[in-house]
Amino acid sequence: MVAAAPAIELAGLTRRYGERVALQDVTLTLPAGATLVVFGPNGAGKSTLLRVLATLLRPHAGTARVLGHALPEEGWAVRGRIGLLGHAPLLYRDLSGRENLAFHARLHGVGLERATALIEQVGLSARADDKVHTYSRGMVQRLAVCRAVLHDPEVLLLDEPRANLDPAAAGLVEPLIGAASGRTRIVTSHDPAGGLAEADLALGLRAGRADLVAAAGELDAARIGALYR
Amino acid sequence: MRRTVAAVLRKELRLELRAPQAVPAMALFSVTTLVVFHFALQRGQVDGDLAAGVLWVTLLFAAMLGTSRLFVADHEEGGLDGFLLAPVDRTALLVAKALALLGFLAAVEVVAVPAFALLLLGPTPDPGAVAALVLVLLLADAGVAIIGTLVSALAVQTRARDLIVPLLALPLLIPVVIAAARATTPLFLAGGSEAVPARWLAILGLYDLVFGLLAYAVFDYLVED
Amino acid sequence: MLYGTRLRSLSLLTAVTLTAGFGLAFFYAPMDADQGFMQKIFYVHVPLAIVALGGFVFGGVMAVQHLRTRDARYDLRSYVAIHLSLVLGAGVLITGSIWAKASWGHWWVWDEPTLVSFLVVFLLYATYQPLRFSIEDPERQARYASVFAVTAGAFVPLNFLAVRLAQAYTHPRVFATANGGLPAKMQLPFYLCLIGMALLFATLWKYEMASKHTSAQLRSLRRKLGGDDAGATHGRTAAPSLRTSS
Repeated sequence: MVAAAPAIELAGLTRRYGERVALQDVTLTLPAGATLVVFGPNGAGKSTLLRVLATLLRPHAGTARVLGHALPEEGWAVRGRIGLLGHAPLLYRDLSGRENLAFHARLHGVGLERATALIEQVGLSARADDKVHTYSRGMVQRLAVCRAVLHDPEVLLLDEPRANLDPAAAGLVEPLIGAASGRTRIVTSHDPAGGLAEADLALGLRAGRADLVAAAGELDAARIGALYR
Repeated sequence: MRRTVAAVLRKELRLELRAPQAVPAMALFSVTTLVVFHFALQRGQVDGDLAAGVLWVTLLFAAMLGTSRLFVADHEEGGLDGFLLAPVDRTALLVAKALALLGFLAAVEVVAVPAFALLLLGPTPDPGAVAALVLVLLLADAGVAIIGTLVSALAVQTRARDLIVPLLALPLLIPVVIAAARATTPLFLAGGSEAVPARWLAILGLYDLVFGLLAYAVFDYLVED
Repeated sequence: MLYGTRLRSLSLLTAVTLTAGFGLAFFYAPMDADQGFMQKIFYVHVPLAIVALGGFVFGGVMAVQHLRTRDARYDLRSYVAIHLSLVLGAGVLITGSIWAKASWGHWWVWDEPTLVSFLVVFLLYATYQPLRFSIEDPERQARYASVFAVTAGAFVPLNFLAVRLAQAYTHPRVFATANGGLPAKMQLPFYLCLIGMALLFATLWKYEMASKHTSAQLRSLRRKLGGDDAGATHGRTAAPSLRTSS
C-alpha cells in the first residue's frame, strides 16, 4: 500500500520580524486528512505559522511544503487549494454577504450556486442581502467560514474558528470545518482539553520555538497547560 | 487575468456607488478650489496659460484627495488578504485599481470641467477644442491613475498615509502637469482656440507607457510579503 | 564584502584629485568675461550635479538587485547611495542658487531647465527617508524603499526631458563658448573636478557602508552575548539594519 504524500511538511521553518524571531526552527509532518492543533500563549507565533502556510508570508529560512509544493516558489500552485480563516474576516463591510461571497467566488473561479448553498447551510439566507456591517459578530464569523471553504480547499487553516460562535452556530459550521469534513486541518486553540480531543497531532509554540510536537494520544491537558507558564 | 480584473473592478465600482466616499468629495473639493482661485487670483475670468494652470492644479489636488483612499478599505477590512489568497495574478489588482481610479477621475471631471468653464473660463471653447481637451484629459488621467495607484499601494502600509501620498505623487506627476498645461493652453486662448502641439501629447503618451510598464513590474513587490 | 579596506588610500586620492581640480579651476582656468570669478562655482556645481544624479541612478540599480535577490545588503547600498546623493543634491541647489544670483541677479530662476529638473528630483528623493521612517516592519520597509528607488530612478530622465521641452532657453554656458563645447583651458580642471567629486562620493559611500556594517556586527555580537533584546538599536533610524550571520 502506497502512503499518501503528507499534506504539510515543515523543516526548520523560520520567519523573522526585523531582528526579532516570530518562528524559529519549526519541524513537523502532517499526513493528509489529519488535524494539527497548535497551542501556545499570545505572541508565540501561531498566527504567523498559519499565514506562512497560507502563502501570505514567505519563509526566511528552512523549508515548507504544502500539498507537495515548496513555498514560496510554488505558492501559486496551492493557493486555490488552501482555505484560511484568520482573525480578520476578510469581508467588505459595505457589501452584502452574498456580494462578498460572489466576489470571492469570481476570484476563485467557483460558481455562484455554491455560495448560495453555503449561505443556506450556515443559516444566513434571511440576511444574505444585508450589508455585512449590520451583522452580529457571530454572523460575520459564519460568513467568514463560508468564504474560507467556498472553493472546497483540501487544507484548512483555522485561527480560533469558534470565536464568537454560540453552540448553535458552532454546530452549523462544524460539518464545513470540523474533523468530519475530511480536510487536512491546522487549528489554533487556547483550550487544552477541547483542542486535544480533536487533534491527531499537537504543536506547542512558545516564543516562536516548537516546545513540543507529539501525537495527541501521548499528551494530556496538563502538559499543554505548561506552555502557558 | 481579464476575469480577475473584471471581478475586482466590479467590486470597486460597487463599493464606491454603495458608499460614495471619494468621488463626491473630490468633485466638491474641485468646485471649492475654483472659488478659492477666484479670490486668490482676484480675477473674474482667466484665459490662456492661466486658465490651463488653474484647471490642472484644481484637478491634480482633487486627485490627491481621492487617491489616498484607494486602498484604505482593503487594508482596514482585510480585503487585500482575501485577494492574495486567490489563485490569481497579483498584477490584476494594479490594473483594476488604476482603471477604477481613472473612472473616478473621469466622474469628477464631468463636474469640475463644466464648473471651471462656468465660473472662471473667459473664452468659450468650440467643439473641436472640447474634443482636444477630452483627449488631453484622458492621457493625463491615465498617468495620474497609474502613479496614484502605485503610490497609494505603497502609502497604505505606512503610518502617515494621507501625507505620504501627495508628497510622493506630486513630484512624480510634474511631467504630467507640464505637458497637460502646455497642451491645453492653446485651447483657452482669448483670441480663439488653436491646435494642441503634438509634442505634449507625445510626452503624455510616453509617460503613461514608461510608468505603466514600471508599475506592472514593481507592483508585485508591494502586495506580497 | 569588507568596506573598510583601502579606505585610507581612497580618501587620499580623493583629497589630491579635488585639490588639484580646484587649484586648477582657481588659477589655471580662464576667468569668464561676463560673470567674473563667480563663474568658477561651475566647477563645483556641475560635477556635484552629475555625481548626485549618478548616485540616484546607482541607488536605483541597487534597489533593482535588492528586489530580485532579496539580499538586504543591496538595500543598504541603495539607501546609502540615495542618502548621500540627497546631501550632494542640496549642495547642487545651493551652488546653483549662488550661480544664478551671480549671473542673473536672482537667487532662483526658472529659466534653467536643468536646475529646475534637479529641484523636482530633489523634492522627490527628500521623501525617501520619511517614507522609510513611516513603515515599521523592517522587511516591508526595505522592499517599499526599493520600489520607490526604482520608480524615482525611472522618473529622473523623463523629468529632465519634460522640463527641458518646456523651457524656451537651454541651460546656458555649461559647455558653451562661442562655438559650443568646453574651451580647452576649462576642460582639464572640469574633468579633474568631476573625477574628484565621483571619488568623493565613492569614499563617503564606503565610509558609511563600513560604519553601518560595523554597527550591525556589534549589535549581532551583543545579541549573542546578552540575548535577543540586548542588541536593540538606540533611537530611531531610517537606515536598514543588516542581519549579519548569527
